Amino acid sequence: MGNEKSISRRSFLKTAASVTAASMLPLKIVEVCWGADEKEKFTFACISDAHLTQIDGTKFVNNFDKGLQQAVAELSLLWPQPDFVVFGGDLAQLGKKEEIDHGLEMLSKIEIPIRFVIGEHDYYLDLGQYWEEKVSKLHYSFDHKGVHFVTLNSILTHEDWIRRWATPEERMNQMARLDNPQGSPFMVGKEQIEWLKKDLAGVSKDTPLIVFSHSPLYKIFKPWNFWTDDAEQVQAVLKPFKKVNVLHGHVHQILYNQIGNISFQAWMSTAWPWPYPVSYHQKPNTVPKMTVFMNRADPFHERDATGWSQATIQDGRTSQHFDLWENTSRTLRFDQKTEQLVDEQYQEPANRIPPQEHY
Amino acid sequence: MRIVTVLCGIFLFLFWAGDSFSEVPPPLGLPPVPIPEDNLQSPEKIALGKKLFEDKRFSADGTVSCATCHDPAKAFTDHLPVSEGIQKLKGTRNAPTVINAVYYQSQFWDGRRPDLEEQSKDPFVNPVEHGLGKDHNFHGFIVETIRKDPEYAKQFKQVFGVDPEGITMNEVTKAIASFERTVVAGDSPFDRYMYGGDKTALSESAVRGLELYRGKARCQECHAISENYAIFTDNKFHNLGVGFNRIQPRLREIVKEFKMAQAKGKELDESILTKGETSELGRFVVTGKLSDLGAFKTPTLRNIAVTGPYMHDGSMATLKEVMELYNKGGEKNPFLGSVRVLDLTDQEMADVIAFMNSLTSPQFQDIATK
Repeated sequence: MGNEKSISRRSFLKTAASVTAASMLPLKIVEVCWGADEKEKFTFACISDAHLTQIDGTKFVNNFDKGLQQAVAELSLLWPQPDFVVFGGDLAQLGKKEEIDHGLEMLSKIEIPIRFVIGEHDYYLDLGQYWEEKVSKLHYSFDHKGVHFVTLNSILTHEDWIRRWATPEERMNQMARLDNPQGSPFMVGKEQIEWLKKDLAGVSKDTPLIVFSHSPLYKIFKPWNFWTDDAEQVQAVLKPFKKVNVLHGHVHQILYNQIGNISFQAWMSTAWPWPYPVSYHQKPNTVPKMTVFMNRADPFHERDATGWSQATIQDGRTSQHFDLWENTSRTLRFDQKTEQLVDEQYQEPANRIPPQEHY
Repeated sequence: MRIVTVLCGIFLFLFWAGDSFSEVPPPLGLPPVPIPEDNLQSPEKIALGKKLFEDKRFSADGTVSCATCHDPAKAFTDHLPVSEGIQKLKGTRNAPTVINAVYYQSQFWDGRRPDLEEQSKDPFVNPVEHGLGKDHNFHGFIVETIRKDPEYAKQFKQVFGVDPEGITMNEVTKAIASFERTVVAGDSPFDRYMYGGDKTALSESAVRGLELYRGKARCQECHAISENYAIFTDNKFHNLGVGFNRIQPRLREIVKEFKMAQAKGKELDESILTKGETSELGRFVVTGKLSDLGAFKTPTLRNIAVTGPYMHDGSMATLKEVMELYNKGGEKNPFLGSVRVLDLTDQEMADVIAFMNSLTSPQFQDIATK
């Protein structure tokens, strides 16, 4: 018996040592829960904004296909596997059934559950009909390991704008343009906000909330719809909760913010990066000052500034790790002292990589 | 990740901030040779390095030296698909030539060592190369052999000012690296055409090949040619799919097994050269980034005609096979780098090969015509 004990102690020490060594590995795949209760650490993967674009028949834009394929392939190699994947919207480019089917086929290689958020590129051809039939509900909630998750459809807009266009295709094309003076701002809408209130009515204020949306649930830059028009009303519903995390797509870049108790962070796109709205000098923006920008994509590398991420939830706060393709990895984590998200390595200006100043 | 980034930063800092350049003018077409401040060149040190490079005693059975796989008579390669060490044991990778290796920003096909000094340590203790294992007290065997050799003792005293008992692997690798920094070769027909103003140095086919190289064939994107010199590499790592289909069906298990072995402290160098599947993981084993799976360093193309077979696994015997791979856009896999279908005609491929054949330096020309 004594002998057995010492062996198990030895093997425990050995295991502990390998776990320590493993946790120093650059790739953060070793998020093992040791006898954890429900509120312990867990991870989920985030893939977003694939923008699969049909050219003709079975021909699709190769570059965007490759982005999603690579994300799926990498995800399947994670060990241990995350608890689930969230897909952040804009699976399709012009909302076509062919594009959505093509995306679902690629995503079918994922062996863990997928939670879907709808984006405007998935919605404005048939107003979400095919998505709801084949993919997912447009808004819903679920509980996982002590966290309450809510998925919102944040890309709705005014009825009169929706009815303005002669054909669904025209409507879709208008909404697909980034800098469109004829566009219309995104919103969650009264009906959904009422649903949200009801959904959260039974949830204790101590329960950590994670909200998924496609557009940011705050206002950054209206001309590009980095914007949700009724964001303040949604924020007001979330305000009574102690720990609120909003994760969103649409902006195709690393972006994070803190408004009161709510931490906001964006997902990357697997297709292409958008510039930060500060680069558009003619119009004012409210890009969060705390965000340490991604460096500008190198045009010689088709995958630069695109990618996917892994979110880790601990004590009700979400950190996000980006293993960027063709670029330096980044990690956002919640800083308990300042009570906001910080970039683990580059938040301090002195630690940042100086920009190139010569050509 | 932070640790790795910081280490990389430190290495880069040491590599660049610590460099001066060799006073010996570089051959036509090459930039000055970078020399680390803590390992300056001297004729005596270079001679000592050459002797160490060729000494077969530093192997488990006295049959293998650095020059076994990096044979000067074979353009500092072994002309084998994958190298053979002691007792003809086979590794997993094609021996890269030492010629112009000084210009790489990292060494080995996966860049796991930052410089020539660090690189030179590993093959001695790898079980399928020099094979100096536990029985030989690893590198201790080399140091002991040198300390007992009066001729070496004299040379180390002269070069490093150390007595026999003060000799360590540090001096050994510095001398070897110093020698390797002299193995540079340019002045090829291409260099005379491009940088020497001799417009007759290249055949018409090779001139067309150069045009394709920089245009339609997209070679230039990674195998860089600069305005004043050409080192023919971007010093980066790319997945072309070569050898990758061998591990794809079992990739998830292989990645997991590798991670577990690494967590247990298994030596990277040994895993890579003794386990074929681990070898195919490429740059991933160094960075842990999944996007680096199956990615290998862009090798120089100088003297390419005399340093075959090609690719990290030596799986291609001819440049024609290499061109055919690129022409079809590499071997499809989810981690494929930015290669694409080129649609080159047979004549165009022949022209690019003619161009590559013009990259041979005069001192290795006789190997090409053998």
